[in-house]
Order: sequence, then structure tokens, then C-alpha cells
Amino acid sequence: MAAPLKLPRWADVALVPAVSVVAAFLVAGLVVLFIGEDPLTVTRVLIYGSLGTGYSLGFTLFYATNFIFTGLAVAVAFHAGLFNIGGEGQAILGGIGLALALLFLPVPAFLAIPLGILAAAAFGAFWGVVPGYLQAYRGSHIVITTIMFNWLASILSVYLLVNVLRPPTSMNPETPLFPQASFIPAMHELGAAVGLELPRSQLNASLFLALIAAWLVWLLIFRSRLGYAIRTVGANPSAAVYAGISPQAVTVVAMAISGALAAGLAVNELMGYQHRLILEFTSGYGFVGIAVALMGRGHPVGIILASLLFGMLYQGGAELAFEVPAITRDMIVVIGGVLILFAGALDGLFKRLVAAAFAGRAVQPVAKEA
Amino acid sequence: MDAMGLLALGESTLRLTIPLLCACLAGLWSERSGVIDIGLEGKLLIAAFAAAAASYATGSAYWGLLAGIGASTLFALVHGFASISQRGNQIVSGVAINMLAAGLTAVIGNAWYGQGGRTPPLEGDQRFLALFDVSDQSRIVQVLFGQSFLVYLALLLVPLTWYVLAKTRFGLRLRAVGEKPAAVDTAGISVTGLRYSAVIIAGVFCGIGGAFIGTALSAGFLPGMTAGKGFIALAALIFAKWRAWPALGACLLFGFLEALSIRLQGVDIPGLGEMPVQAIQALPYAMTVILLAGFVGRAIPPRAAGQPYVKER
Repeated sequence: MAAPLKLPRWADVALVPAVSVVAAFLVAGLVVLFIGEDPLTVTRVLIYGSLGTGYSLGFTLFYATNFIFTGLAVAVAFHAGLFNIGGEGQAILGGIGLALALLFLPVPAFLAIPLGILAAAAFGAFWGVVPGYLQAYRGSHIVITTIMFNWLASILSVYLLVNVLRPPTSMNPETPLFPQASFIPAMHELGAAVGLELPRSQLNASLFLALIAAWLVWLLIFRSRLGYAIRTVGANPSAAVYAGISPQAVTVVAMAISGALAAGLAVNELMGYQHRLILEFTSGYGFVGIAVALMGRGHPVGIILASLLFGMLYQGGAELAFEVPAITRDMIVVIGGVLILFAGALDGLFKRLVAAAFAGRAVQPVAKEA
Repeated sequence: MDAMGLLALGESTLRLTIPLLCACLAGLWSERSGVIDIGLEGKLLIAAFAAAAASYATGSAYWGLLAGIGASTLFALVHGFASISQRGNQIVSGVAINMLAAGLTAVIGNAWYGQGGRTPPLEGDQRFLALFDVSDQSRIVQVLFGQSFLVYLALLLVPLTWYVLAKTRFGLRLRAVGEKPAAVDTAGISVTGLRYSAVIIAGVFCGIGGAFIGTALSAGFLPGMTAGKGFIALAALIFAKWRAWPALGACLLFGFLEALSIRLQGVDIPGLGEMPVQAIQALPYAMTVILLAGFVGRAIPPRAAGQPYVKER
């Protein structure tokens, strides 16, 4: 890489991610062509299926809620220079935490929802803190540890659901229903309470929680002393030491926040919709969170936008499976993978392409004069 | 457990070790050259699919093997392009490889065969079956010599890897590039070239492992059938401290644990009651975390692993 790339700020923040998104969709279009379907039909079904009706919009926002949580989780760790790919495991632990709290702690009804959220956050944070601690104080690589913790969490949840939490009368590996008081109200119920008629969907008030979390993360990262410490450690750990910041402590704290945010996925899925703990409820949202954070450039606003895009893809993808039977929802995993590749690993390439385009435009008039 | 039971356990250990071994050695090559590879799982998966699909189409498992190697190498090259040429984040690229493989195999498999991503069952020559006919021999001979071609091929990769890395000029340079690329560059040897060779070798090895999963271990492809084997291989690699013979040992250990957890499913152990197989399944992961944390022994990766090489100006 020769001279540092000079790009206008808007191009760096918006254009580069946009170019990689477009490129990712072109690749996805090629895959669609490869299996003999029409990309335009697929796009039409995707867009109508995700935004076309109030019902589908509800589902789109429900999925987006998951992605906001997992995207924020990845982003907070990123700002501290940490690659937390343990979102899946942290969300599973969050699910276990809220299930244990809601099923076994006797609390007054009005405390059930806050209790569940706090338990999820605490368990998720714990599953993030351990790899964070091991990285900070024992030198183990956080990527490897979080991968291992994902599998450990998944095995733990199978054990608990099959051997411990499953009611003896049930064959399914799932807990009994949570107490009614812990159900996070669905959006259409909330709407009905204030006289609004909203379409029924899985969308629930967790969306507000996700938006508040995004706002808090913005405050934390860009407006607080701790956030400054986190970003300093992420940019240059040795400079942080000179500034009197302990990279070790920041690593642990950032991973705690990251894990707690990932557990928001459990709150939305389990307290907002399933109302019990089931196996594999995380279904890859944690990994897509990496794509969301990369596309959103680690900024909460970007993450919300990227989450909407992925929410559309998830909901549209479900519709797609009905309309175009040759295509399954796994198409979304492909798009997610290509996006991670383009917006994450090949970031420099796209930056250079955009920079070259800019340079070309800036240079031309000069060339004419000469 | 009687002698027959032990032999059966041994055979199952051997067969479950093979994919781990291929992926582990693949990771060894890649990481010894300084390129971290968490995309082993994805490469195994795409190879398993390509092998099963090509084998089904051509009727020959050997074409399947070639297709598996081809697909896996293609993915390896994508990883190489991102992490060597473009100096991108190797972890991010690995995550992308894993997601791409999971998505592509399911989408294409479903579009081609319409069976929820599965390939049709493979029969006869479409699978790698026993290389030697030892069906009339004693059980122990059957376990040792009644395996498929790929089992022996994979086992041969161990001495091969050891020899090339430890005893040849290419191996020395490759190891040097994973420790101090600037020194190799100063000596006038291409860092990029060496790293690409390592990444391609990793692709080929994962291709063999994936083909084994899709055409020998089971009769056809199932979505997500690698089920974390690539990550266990990564754990084994750390356990083996990035060395070839210990890699065989670590993979045998983890293969044995997997065989044991299958065998102990629902078995009552006197005095203990029913053994929770999850405890055994969790062992490779838990042991790796403990080892990495330096509580027992210490595993130190190649020094330049994960760092893109930039010539100084």
C-alpha cells in the first residue's frame, strides 16, 4: 500500500460500504443465475416479502432487532481491538440465564421482565468476560477462546435442556413456558392498548430495547470516558498505557459489555416470542452480527441500517422459499458470507477502488491542461 | 467392554480421526506460514459437498475426490487473496469462508437435488470403500487393512508434512516466513509465493478430509455435516503446538473422544448412572481453552501468524 488513501469522509463512511454491498448482491445474483433462477424475480420477491405488507414489515423488524443486538456486541469489542466471534455462545448463555431466573426465582410479576433481561445480560456478560480475562491476563487468543466457548455453550444448552430443564412429561428438549408476566408485549398488543391496529407478527417491545441499547452504545463509545479508553486501546494499546489506561481492564470490560449486548438476542427471541428456552434459538444471528458490525462501520446508526437490511433479507428469504422453491433461506447465509468477505476482509481493496475512482476524476482536468 | 467392542471403538476412532487430521495438518501448513485459518470448517464442508455431488454425477469416488480438492482449494485461494494479496483481516476472511460454505452447499444442494440440501445416497463405486478385500480375515486385520484409500492417504500426510517442513529447504523457508517474514524477504525469497503455496496445500488437505466425510464416512452429503470438525481440528492444532506428529496424537485423542461419546450414548455406567455424553463432547473445547490459557503447558503460535506482511519503505 503506497500513499495513505485520501477519501472524503462521506465516501469513506457511506460509499465504500455501499459499493461492497452492491458487489455482494451482484455475487449473490450470480449464485441465483447459477442455480437457474431469475435474479430480478428473486429481488422482487425479497423486497415485497419483507416490506410489502405491515405483517411482513413486522417480521423484518423482529429480525432486525436480533441483528441490532448482535451487531452492537461485535462493534463494542471491535472498538477495543477485540474480535468477539462468540456472540452465538454469549446469546445462548443469556438464554439459559433468563430461563433459570424466570423459572426458578420467585419475584413479583412487575419485576419479571427486568429480571429476565438482567439475568440474560449477566450470563452473556460472564460468557464474554472469561475469554476477555484469558486474553488480557493469560495471553490466550480471544478468537480461539470465543470459538471454543460457542461450542461449550451449545453443548451446555443441550445438556441442560435434555437432562435437567425439560419437563419429564415432554419429549421435546425445551423448558416449560415462562410465567406470563415475563412475556415482553408484542407490538400489536401494545398498539391495541393505545387504539392502534397493528398487524400481528413476532415483533415485540424488544425493538425499543435494542434502539435504546444502540443509543447507549453511541453514548458509551463516543461520549464517555470509558468509551474513549476502549477506542484508545483498540487503536494503540501501548499508547493507552502511556495515557494511564489499563488495556487489560478495558479488554475485560469491553467483553462484558459485548457479551451482555449479544444476550439481547435471547431476550428478543425467547422473552419476546418463544416464551421458553429452546435448542439452537440463536440460529446463526451471532455470526451475521459480524457482517452487520462491519457494514455499519462499528457505528450504532450504521448498525441499525445494516440490521434493517439483514432483517429484510431474513424475512424476504422466508417468503422466497415459498415463491421460488429452488431457493432456500440459506441464500441469506451466502449473502452474509460475501458481505463479511467484501466489507471486512477485502475492505482495503474496495477502499482503493473507490479512491482510484476519485483520483481519476480529480486528475483528469489537470491532465487536459498538460 | 469385550475385545470386539474395543476393536469396534478403535475402528470408529480411526475413521473419526481422519477428517480431523486432514484439517489439522491443513491448518498447520497455513499457520506455520503465518496465515491464520479459521476457515477449515468451511473448506471441509464445501469439499464434502463437491465430492459427494461429483461422485454422484460421475459414478466414481475418485472424481469426487478431485472435485472436493478443487472446491476446497478455490476457497483457500479466496482466503489467500484476501489475507495475503489484500492484507485483509485473516479472521474475518475465515469467518466469511465458513459462512459461504454453509450457505452455498445448502442453496446449491437444494436447487440441484431438491432434498433439503442433501445429495442422493451414494452407492458402490461412488463411495470410497475398503481398499483391500479383507472380509474373510480376522477382525483385527479388518480394522487395520479394511479401510478406504483416503484413510491411508491421510495417514501418509503426517510423515510427509513432518519431512517437508523439517527437512527440506522449502519447509525451512516456509517456517521462517511464519516467524519472521522480513528476514525471508531480505534473503530474496518471495513471502507472497511461500504463503500462497502454504494456503493451497491447506486447501488440498481440507479437500481430502472433506471428500472423506462426504464419500467414505457417510454415503452422501448432508447440510452442516462437518458439525464443527474444522474447529476441533483447530483445537487439535493448538494442542499439537503446530507440529505434525503431535497433530496425529491430538487428532487421535479427539477422534477417540468422539467415538466414545457416540458409543456411550444412553449407556449406564455402574456406579455413575447414565453418562452425560455432553461431558465428553465438551472435552476437546475445554481442554483447548485450558491449554491456551497456560494453566497446563503453553501453546505459542508462530510469531507472525495473523499479520499481513508489508515491505518496509
